[in-house]
Amino acid sequence: MTQARIRPSSVDELIEIIADAAAGGGKLEIVGGCSKADIGAPREAALLDMSAFAGIVDYDPAELVLTVGAATPLSEIQALVAQSGQMLAFDPFDHGPLFGKPAGAATLGGVIGAGVSGSARLSRGAARDHLLGFQGVSGRGEAFVGGAKVVKNVTGYDLPKIMTGSWGRMVALTEVTVKVLPRGRESLTLVLDGLDPIRAQAAMARAMGSQADVAAAAHLPGPPTLTALRLDGFGPSIAARRAMLDLTLAEAGALRALSGGEADALWNSLRTLDPLADSRPLWRINTAPSQANAVIAALEMLDARWLMDWAGGLIWLTLDGNAAAIRAAAAAAGGHATLVRAPEALRATVPALHPQSPGVMALESRVRRAFDPAGVFETGRFLDAPDAD
Amino acid sequence: MSLKMPPPDQAVLARRGEIAAALRAIVPGDGGVIDDAKALRVYESDGLTAYRQPPMLVTLPQTTDQVSRVLKWCHANNVKIVPRGSGTSLSGGALPLEDAVLLGMARFNKVLHIDYEDRLAVVQPGVTNLGVTKAVEGAGFYYAPDPSSQIACSIGGNVAENSGGVHCLKYGLTTNNVLGIEMVLMDGEIVRLGGGRALDPAGLDLLGLVVGSEGLLGVVTEVTVRILPKPETARAVLIGFPTVESAGQCVAEVIASGIIPAGMEMMDRPAIHAAEAFVRAGYPLDVEALLIVELDGPSAECDHLIGEVEAIANQNGAMSCRVSTTEAERLAFWAGRKAAFPAVGRISPDYYCMDGTIPRRRLPEVLRRMEELSQTHGLRVANVFHAGDGNLHPLILYDANQPGQLDRAEAFGSDILKLCVEVGGVLTGEHGVGVEKRDLMPVMFTETDLAHQQRVKCAFDPQLLLNPGKVFPTLHRCAELGRMHIHNGKVPFPDLPRF
Ligand SMILES: Cc1cc2nc3c(=O)[nH]c(=O)nc-3n(C[C@H](O)[C@H](O)[C@H](O)COP(=O)(O)OP(=O)(O)OC[C@H]3O[C@@H](n4cnc5c(N)ncnc54)[C@H](O)[C@@H]3O)c2cc1C
Repeated sequence: MTQARIRPSSVDELIEIIADAAAGGGKLEIVGGCSKADIGAPREAALLDMSAFAGIVDYDPAELVLTVGAATPLSEIQALVAQSGQMLAFDPFDHGPLFGKPAGAATLGGVIGAGVSGSARLSRGAARDHLLGFQGVSGRGEAFVGGAKVVKNVTGYDLPKIMTGSWGRMVALTEVTVKVLPRGRESLTLVLDGLDPIRAQAAMARAMGSQADVAAAAHLPGPPTLTALRLDGFGPSIAARRAMLDLTLAEAGALRALSGGEADALWNSLRTLDPLADSRPLWRINTAPSQANAVIAALEMLDARWLMDWAGGLIWLTLDGNAAAIRAAAAAAGGHATLVRAPEALRATVPALHPQSPGVMALESRVRRAFDPAGVFETGRFLDAPDAD
Repeated sequence: MSLKMPPPDQAVLARRGEIAAALRAIVPGDGGVIDDAKALRVYESDGLTAYRQPPMLVTLPQTTDQVSRVLKWCHANNVKIVPRGSGTSLSGGALPLEDAVLLGMARFNKVLHIDYEDRLAVVQPGVTNLGVTKAVEGAGFYYAPDPSSQIACSIGGNVAENSGGVHCLKYGLTTNNVLGIEMVLMDGEIVRLGGGRALDPAGLDLLGLVVGSEGLLGVVTEVTVRILPKPETARAVLIGFPTVESAGQCVAEVIASGIIPAGMEMMDRPAIHAAEAFVRAGYPLDVEALLIVELDGPSAECDHLIGEVEAIANQNGAMSCRVSTTEAERLAFWAGRKAAFPAVGRISPDYYCMDGTIPRRRLPEVLRRMEELSQTHGLRVANVFHAGDGNLHPLILYDANQPGQLDRAEAFGSDILKLCVEVGGVLTGEHGVGVEKRDLMPVMFTETDLAHQQRVKCAFDPQLLLNPGKVFPTLHRCAELGRMHIHNGKVPFPDLPRF
């Protein structure tokens, strides 16, 4: 199935296209680099190609603020801020390779729309914590702004928060302003070998509860079985924090430092999910870290393969079928499960996002309708009834 | 006072006795409902004392179920509600309305659950900000956002205002430290928003939307916050500069060098002198600007970073530079800054605190123009800032007993905020819009921008019963906001595929 593609070249054209769709009952799917196109149910809406809205608008490292066109490639932004020793601290990554597509297409707008945060989310916050402001065109076909271009602002509702993770269902973002932060001058990854998931989670919790300011904590069941803790920052500080961890985790085993290359490979594998590489559906489960083991225990019986990030708060998992069992296990742990990668047939029946309580679903839908009353951006991708109330 | 509030609903005022009785049935017992004129006066204003209005009635529920039933009854009977925490808002967010019930959350004062393994605490909204830290500090943890009002202000108020503090440059505002809430909508429905004990929500980030919504979207009845291990050490450096420019340059260079201090505060000459006269913190009096830079973490980190900060300060012509060597000394450095408001209160009968944020690079220019405005309006101003994030707190000195001075102070204040927006900043960095900056919203937002925000309000409270008259300069009815302007039927891109 190919979807028609429309590529506005200016905000005025974008307004016309959206207003026209709203008036004519049309449906539009907002796309940046299409790296996440295979998430959600198959659909037929015309693609609204945002690629014209790209480029760096303003970057002043000392202000910690970066403004770019929403379709600016993530890789370009990461390279730019790295030149000033800075980073997007929420650690976003490119989903393309997860779907067998080449890396490099993901855009910042797409990262925001999907609410993508990487391993450092544990300590430095998520995409939602770093989006300061935006310009965009709502489903009403009107250009407007939300938030601002300074790091501290409480003027009016915090609309950037609901743009993050909105999956393009309310507003076509044309420009985004994000907070950037200094990248740690040095980084050290320490691993514990051979822990079972219960001991691994306990060790990660102890590390996170210590003063060692752990930036990222993950557990790979292997082989080889590794529990990894990353320290970012200034050299003398990292040395002191390593000593703290040696003490704190003494009973869990001896901490072993990885070489720079090994560390990069390990953290990269949590983005590409190579350790899970199989053809089965891929799920992403959010839970309280202390509940991770209950989820894993329930699903390992069904032959799940998995790994843990965010000290256990995030589980990536592959498993055939059994969507209901996965969602039940996540819900029992007070969490939720997102279906990330699956064959079309499964995606056509199992919603990508975890169903919420009726009250929250209804509220959420009223909020979406506030920006998109005609449901222009409701393409059926998330399998909920496009209710116009 | 030029402030206009929505006209009171006479039909509601006429039913005051009946409303009190209905609320008493829901919130029985001593202190459940207050209708005595004298007792109501206690609630007539919040931290923005220039505005006063006793509420029609006060109710102080104790359970979520009571809150839900109060709101449901008021919704059905078209009665407005103003939520209130501790009443320390500096923007009039909790200012009562003549025809509204003030819903006080003070009796929601329990810490419900602490989980050190997942590093979170579940508290009722009336718990004070400092109360959260007190509950967990025995185990070596703390709650990071630390507004100067922390001994008094409530977590519910912090959520409503998205409050910050001197440490938010490194640790974030309230929104970055809250995991979930239970909230009652105006129609009485109870919802849980946020991930709860997980980091991310399952759907739209409605929690993020509610934080900072100033009591307009719902009444928060429970809050789950992140708690953090207390850093091993904290040390402060007190640096005096010959000019505000050099202090500003030092701030920029510290950040550009890759250091995010736990706090970085600046004071100008009038603020330094007022603070020193009040608390004798040992501040240098021969400088134009004073910086307090606090570093925290392992002591090895603090030592290392203090060296770097000192070097940057000296390169920028620092006249004096003192590093705290004991905890007592660190606290002394802070004492003057933390007492800056009351200190200014001593040198002037009244002061008016502003709260704009600017891009930091524009600081020298903004201060110069603020000085000009001070001349124009004939009122003095003292400045304290959260320098790291460009959040200014100009304190305008005036005397409310002198005719016209309050109006002049307000005019001066709004000129300062317009200036903040003009240079690319915002009206408020942490105190909220409330009633105070409500009428300035069009300086920062177009009518279309504001309409997109107001429709969010309609999604939560279509009858506009919750905290009306705050944040938005015009009360548009939701039906009116929902209308779409019809496009003229012309197909703009005839060659593009139709749907
Ligand atoms: C001396 C002083 C220093 C201050 N320093 C700082 C500072 O450093 N940083 C900072 O950010 N602020 C500061 N403030 C401002 C103020 O303390 C904060 O805005 C605080 O969060 C208000 O909390 P509160 O409990 O007093 O709320 P209130 O003043 O009672 O209410 C504030 C708003 O929250 C709403 N609200 C309260 N509780 C709820 C609830 N449960 N559900 C829904 N809505 C609710 C109210 O309707 C109102 O709109 C200071 C104030 C003072 C007086």
